Amino acid sequence: MTCFRPFLCIMLALAALSPQQGMARPIRNGGKLLLTNGISSLEGASGGGLTPWAVIAGNETSDGFGLSAHGTLVEVKDYDYQSAGVAIGIRDRIELSYTHQDFNTNEIGAALGLGKDFAFSQDIFGAKIRVAGDLVYDRLPAIAVGVQYKNNNQDAIVRAVGAKGDEGVDYYASVSKLFLSRSILLSATARLTKANQMGLLGFGGGKQGNHTLQFEGSAAWQLSRRIAIGGEYRRKPDNLNIAREDDWFDAFAAVAISRNVTATIAYADLGSIATVKKQRGVFLQLQTAF
Amino acid sequence: MSIILSLLLLQAPYALPGEAAVDPYVADNHHAGAEPFTGDGMAKAFGGQDGIRRIVDRFVAINFADPVIGEIFANHDKVRLKRTLFEQFCFILNAGCTYSGRDMASAHKDLGVQKADMNRLVETFQRAMSEEGVSFQAQNRFLSKLAPMRDDVIEK
Repeated sequence: MTCFRPFLCIMLALAALSPQQGMARPIRNGGKLLLTNGISSLEGASGGGLTPWAVIAGNETSDGFGLSAHGTLVEVKDYDYQSAGVAIGIRDRIELSYTHQDFNTNEIGAALGLGKDFAFSQDIFGAKIRVAGDLVYDRLPAIAVGVQYKNNNQDAIVRAVGAKGDEGVDYYASVSKLFLSRSILLSATARLTKANQMGLLGFGGGKQGNHTLQFEGSAAWQLSRRIAIGGEYRRKPDNLNIAREDDWFDAFAAVAISRNVTATIAYADLGSIATVKKQRGVFLQLQTAF
Repeated sequence: MSIILSLLLLQAPYALPGEAAVDPYVADNHHAGAEPFTGDGMAKAFGGQDGIRRIVDRFVAINFADPVIGEIFANHDKVRLKRTLFEQFCFILNAGCTYSGRDMASAHKDLGVQKADMNRLVETFQRAMSEEGVSFQAQNRFLSKLAPMRDDVIEK
C-alpha cells in the first residue's frame, strides 16, 4: 500500500488494530488494575525502573488509548541524574515513548577534564509492541519486543571518552507475568545494545564496538492493591577502555497513590560509572498515567 | 401437569423462588470454569459458606449500584445470580458445594462485557472480599482461578 497522506495511513493502521469480528466495541476510558501498567524505566519504556516489561503505557485496555508521563531522579554518591518523558499506549498493544535524560558529573566532571558540573544528556525514542499474551489474565505471559533509538548529541566528547559514536539503537524482547496465585510478578528481558551507561557515555568502545546481548530482570511482590516491593538486575556491556561498566541492581517499593499517580522509591547500586566506583544511592519517580 | 412440572425442573435446575427461567441445560461442576482448590485452607480464608455468602451478597450489591458496570447488571436476575455465584465460589474454594449454573460463555453471552469492565469487576470483588477480611494474598489466589475465564466473559 502506498501512502500519500501520512495521517490517513496512521488512521488506517490504527483501524487495522480494531477488532476484526462482530460489532466494533466502543472506545472508552477504563482501567487496568492498579500497578499493572508498570512504572517508567530510565529509558522511558513502561516496566520496572531499570528494565522494560511486556506491558503497554497508560491505564487503557484494548478498547482505549493510554498516556503516561514521568519524572525520575537518581542521586548516587558522585552523580545526579534526572529524566522526564511521556509515552502513549495504543489499544494496550503499541507503546511509543520519548524520554530526555540529564546526567550531571558534579565534581567528577572537573577530574575528567570535562569541567565541573558537566552534564551528559540524551534523547531516547522508544517503540514497543506486545505481540502475545497478557500480564494478568491469560495463561500465556505477556510477550513484547521493542526498540530504543538513543542520541546524546555530544559526539566529540563521547569520542574523547573512547566511544565509537553518539547514537545507537537497542533492540529488546521482554516476557512478563503476574502470577496471581502467589501475588508475584516476574519479568525477563534480553537486550541487544552497544550503549555505554545507557548511551550517556556514547556507543561502543575500544573493548567492544558492536551490539552485545544482555539480560535484565525484575521480580516484584504485591503486598496490597496499592503497594508492590521488589528487586531488579540489569547486566551491562563493558565497551570503554578507560572506564569499567558494572551491572546494575535495585530494590524498590512502588505505591499507587491514586488511580493515576504511582510513586516509586528505590535503592540503586549502579557500580562503577565513568571511572568512579560504588555509585549507590536513591531512585525516585513520580508517574502519572491515564 | 407433569409435563409442565418436568419442563420447569429442566429449565432451571435447583432454582430458588423468584428466579426467571433460563434455556434448558444440564448442570455440571465443570461449568464453574475452574478446578476447585484442594484442602480447606481457602474455604477457611473466606470464612466458610457463611463468609462466601456474605461476600457474594455484598459483591452483587456493589455491582448493581456501580456507576461504571451497574448497567450491565441492571436487567439481570439478581436472585439467580446470587445463588449461582455462591455455588461457583463455594465449589472452587472447596467449601462443600456443587455448581448448578451455566458455563461462563453461556452465562455472559451478549452482555457486551469489555476488558475494562472485567477489571472494574475485579476491583468491586476485591472490595467485597476486603470488607469480609479476606487477606490480599488469599484474594489473589482465588482470582488466579477466575482470571483465565476472562476470554469466555468478554465480548470478542
